[in-house]
Amino acid sequence: MKISPLQFVWFSLVVVLWSGYFFLEGFDFGVGMLLRWIGRNDIERRAVINTIGPTWDGNEVWLLVAGGATFAAFPRWYATVFSSFYLALFLILVALIFRGVAFEYRSKLVNPTWRKRWDMAIFIGSLLPAVLWGVAFGDFIHGIPIDSQGNFTGNFFSLLSPYSVFVGLTMAAIFLIHGALFLEMKLDGELRERASYLARCFSPVVTVLVVAFIVWTYVTANHGGGSNIVPGIMPILIVALVIAAQILITDRHYGWAFATTGATIIAITVNMFLDLYPRVLVSSTSNAYSLTITGTASAHYTLVVMTIVAAIFTPLVLLYQGWSYRIFRARIRLTPPESLQPQQEIK
Amino acid sequence: MSALDLSRWQFGITTVYHFIFVPLTIGLAFVLAIMQTLEYKTKKPVYGEMVKFFGRLFAVNFAIGLVTGIVQEFQFGMNWSSYSIFVGNIFGAPLAIEGLLAFFLESTFLGTWLFGKHKVSVRVHLFSAWMVSVGTILSALFILAANSFMQHPVGYAIDPKTHQAVMTNFLALLTNSTLITTFFHTVLAAFSTGAGLVLGVAAYQILRYRKKEMFVGAARIGIVVLFVSMLFNAFVGHIQGQIMEKQQPMKMAAAEALYNTSSGASFSLLTIGNLSGDPIFQIRLPHLLSVLSDNSWNGTVQGINQVQAAEVAKYGAGSYVPPIWVEYWTFRIMVGLGGVILLWGLVGLYFMRQGSLDRKRWYLRISPYLIAAPIIANLTGWIFTEVGRQPWIVYGLLKTSNANSHLSALSVGITLVGFTAVYSILAVVDGILMFKFGSADPDSLGSHGEKEPEDSPTAHSDLIY
Repeated sequence: MKISPLQFVWFSLVVVLWSGYFFLEGFDFGVGMLLRWIGRNDIERRAVINTIGPTWDGNEVWLLVAGGATFAAFPRWYATVFSSFYLALFLILVALIFRGVAFEYRSKLVNPTWRKRWDMAIFIGSLLPAVLWGVAFGDFIHGIPIDSQGNFTGNFFSLLSPYSVFVGLTMAAIFLIHGALFLEMKLDGELRERASYLARCFSPVVTVLVVAFIVWTYVTANHGGGSNIVPGIMPILIVALVIAAQILITDRHYGWAFATTGATIIAITVNMFLDLYPRVLVSSTSNAYSLTITGTASAHYTLVVMTIVAAIFTPLVLLYQGWSYRIFRARIRLTPPESLQPQQEIK
Repeated sequence: MSALDLSRWQFGITTVYHFIFVPLTIGLAFVLAIMQTLEYKTKKPVYGEMVKFFGRLFAVNFAIGLVTGIVQEFQFGMNWSSYSIFVGNIFGAPLAIEGLLAFFLESTFLGTWLFGKHKVSVRVHLFSAWMVSVGTILSALFILAANSFMQHPVGYAIDPKTHQAVMTNFLALLTNSTLITTFFHTVLAAFSTGAGLVLGVAAYQILRYRKKEMFVGAARIGIVVLFVSMLFNAFVGHIQGQIMEKQQPMKMAAAEALYNTSSGASFSLLTIGNLSGDPIFQIRLPHLLSVLSDNSWNGTVQGINQVQAAEVAKYGAGSYVPPIWVEYWTFRIMVGLGGVILLWGLVGLYFMRQGSLDRKRWYLRISPYLIAAPIIANLTGWIFTEVGRQPWIVYGLLKTSNANSHLSALSVGITLVGFTAVYSILAVVDGILMFKFGSADPDSLGSHGEKEPEDSPTAHSDLIY
């Protein structure tokens, strides 16, 4: 069956949503992973959390919308992926639950034990989903055991192929450096120094991981034999981007480096979906059982309705989310300058 | 237990848990927006203090509603993949729209509202408060649009090739009579839940002679919102019952444990013994059930046996009777508590008129306990409507027993135990914070939580998280 224009639009939108999610929550995850290294005492940790405080939950909504859009536009894809990655998703959900609550609750009480526990939750809650999302995307390309009915026939450990675990580590590493660069832009003084120092130390590791990842992905995606577009330009672009990021970090152009690691994340996400196209999930049992865009898509009418709604509201959402980043654009300082200190409240 | 049973328990637990926090969030967002509007209009600082005090409770509660909401969206695919494939064409759309229209709105503006006070103008800050409230209400609208399709499918056709339900009319989905009544019923109930919390906490504080002007003011706002929303909700609930009698006669019959069709049916207020049709002791109000479901003195109400026979004729052999004791008692608890809340609002309104609210110590002493009343009414109402649809997951189209994923009982068991444990921990933590911030002297609290000690470096910073 031929892919209809609307099916293509929705496949692209799913790619955009995942790219946006990884770009935005990518630095949130990085910030969470670095919390305990950049923040060495309570006030420093609070400063680190405040860099993403007002915006992290808006970033997480990208995941909810990506899930919702997949459900609406490709029900079979949604159903198969979510039931196949059952225990992995459970771990991601538990991690995201504790991490989200930790951001909101940690500073509500003064008790140091209370705060230490929530800091731990932020660290694990950021590291675990970062790795597991990478593992899941690795599995999409590598393939998982799925039968002709779209039912998963493996177990939790069949999700952990060497390739997918490597993708998980690579993704976590990119998120880490993306987060370090974000912190460099949002913090001040010694904390800012620490963030840029970590970015400088860590960037060669990321470069090596990403180049290895690109090579391995090229081999894996070809190995399946299903995809006829392994786009030559994308892997080259990704390698170029990650080397550019490395150079920019060495030259201390941290803002541009952040944009470049962001572009790398987006390019990697797009590349993974392009490797899949026109499939959406590879079955390692038989190529014939792989899920495809046409095989999983909703009927035309649903796609039309969804397209109209998305066309009207997406620009609006981007507008006010951008506006909220503008409001909170100032660097976070440990103590505000005299002129900005809030007036003593009148009792 | 089979994977199906475990999945059902899991869905029940995660959904009921989520529904403890969601109505509180919707209700508190609305009441806070009202308080902040009053501050803007009157320029009285007392309203600003209210927003700050109840805003802390709101933030604590919002966090849990948010994170447990992700589970809600994911578990359809995780545990109910056959269902997801069957209804995805229809059910996925409102879910995606909910994310795009509601979740982005509430989370973004919550950020600017909670943390942008000194960064945006007063008007933009007020606007943010209302956008949070609108976001929570829109979220209710779209998730209930999805749920109403399960209760009363409209605007669909069954694709003969794929055996999936496909959408044929999106507007029909949004104008579903079930949706319109359920939406108002749920949102009004949420308003009274938020108002009940405000009243209960304010009463507790008035009894301790703290900030009398602020807390008496808050109690008054709570009473008005509580009374008005409950009053309207009684009417909406009545209309909803009549629609239910037409669309799902079995649910109404089960709610009444009415075994045989009868005219001029009486309403049973209370039953001791069993519900199998011959109780030990029962209080019945003559003709009331007919009046409720048909607006007429001698209207006919269908009985369980007759509906069962009709459904067998329509859908084939099998039992179409939900657990009657669940339906009978949840319905009574919901309606009964609704009555108590309405009465409580009315009494409060009377004391307000008298100007004696702060002196009626018995009223203030009981009010904190009644915080639980709307919450329990919400939960029993939700259980009533979801359990009453059984054995169907989509009424008349798909049975729950055919809707689950192909998972091992072990996998589902692990996540069931896991989610229950996580949710229990969160319930304790949330309870501690809510009680602490609700009962503490406002002077002992900082802007967003416990006051930092004077000698700590954070005491004078503007860090919020």
